[in-house]
Amino acid sequence: MNKRPPGDDVDNIIQLKQAEMASADWSNLLGHLAVKPDKRLYARLFSHFAPKVKAYIVRLGVALATAEELTQEVMLSVWRKAHMYHPEKAAASTWIFTLARNQSIDWMRKQKYPQYSLDEWSETASEPGQGEQKVLSDRIAAAIKLLPEKQAQVIYMSYFEGRSHGDIAGRLDIPLGSVKSRIRLASEKLKQIWGGDQYEH
Amino acid sequence: MNINHHLDDATLMSYSAGSLSQGMALVVASHLAFCSACRERAEMNDAVGGVLLESLDAETIEDDMLAAILAQIDEPETSIIEPQQQTPRACDPEIPMPLNEYVSGPLDELQWKRIVPGVAYYDMPWQGRGVSRLLRIAPGKSMLTHTHNGNELTLVLRGSFSDEVGRFCRGDIADLDDQIEHQPLVDSDEDCICLIATDAPLRFTTLFGKLVQPMTGF
Repeated sequence: MNKRPPGDDVDNIIQLKQAEMASADWSNLLGHLAVKPDKRLYARLFSHFAPKVKAYIVRLGVALATAEELTQEVMLSVWRKAHMYHPEKAAASTWIFTLARNQSIDWMRKQKYPQYSLDEWSETASEPGQGEQKVLSDRIAAAIKLLPEKQAQVIYMSYFEGRSHGDIAGRLDIPLGSVKSRIRLASEKLKQIWGGDQYEH
Repeated sequence: MNINHHLDDATLMSYSAGSLSQGMALVVASHLAFCSACRERAEMNDAVGGVLLESLDAETIEDDMLAAILAQIDEPETSIIEPQQQTPRACDPEIPMPLNEYVSGPLDELQWKRIVPGVAYYDMPWQGRGVSRLLRIAPGKSMLTHTHNGNELTLVLRGSFSDEVGRFCRGDIADLDDQIEHQPLVDSDEDCICLIATDAPLRFTTLFGKLVQPMTGF
């Protein structure tokens, strides 16, 4: 990732067509919003992420009309919490995912999903190995596509359907231990990429 | 903090996926508040969520949603303040931040309920399939031998215990499933206080355990 001064690339990003925007571009764009509120940038971000956030919420099993409302709440909090976003700490998609996840769960359970603290993000922003999150996200995306079907399946059931290990075991009619070992195997592969160990195409 | 026992990859991924029960998620979040190594792994799992979000096919959004949000943005400052975040409660340093939401005041001042002599509990304020509570066990006492139908998380907040797996001190987490039958024994001079959660009822393996099971609520 080449380091460009903030503000330098924003106009270039604005010029890009939606389809041309890579993960890193969205993170840069949200990074600009973090420093300075800008409705024009926000509108770009909205048109890309709002339809995906709604798709995520619908997959969790929330009815369409409610999903629409929840999406609006999530996207509003993207604006309001943008100052807490650090592009060197997480990709824009990661950050927006955590907002969507937390707010959906809060709504579904009427109970706040326990979090370890978003505030600590800012304090631990410059840990070693950081600074490439946006690129790492692209690598993780490639790696997920390469996972064996059985491992990908348990990951999808966890993230998209919110199913517990026991629930997945019941659905697939396999032992709890098998669910966990599939997730562990997938996690092990993704960790190697995250940690930068011998990534091979 | 020197932490020797960490979260299982499968548990961490389910936490980031948002698929853990409320009780299990509370134990995980509390351990993460102590453990930077697990926090880093949690960040990777959050990134997996981001990638999966990005991979979804777009759902149609009502035309007026953006306009509605932009209108809300323009409302006066007061609407921006989020009550929960603006008033951090006075926090006992022994209590990890995520738990602080549900346990106010020092651990010693909680309304502990005794199960048997030397063993007491304090329930989290929600109902679920599994157990979610603080457990307080006196020195030299042991938890009843048990196995699990599902997963069990135990985070040490005070004191220490040992079992077949090893010794667990403040910040350590025992992340176990039905492969393990164990009997934790408190080996500290003071009471051992743990935050525990299970996603299914425990199964006690001794006759005495089976007798007290209805009483303990496990």
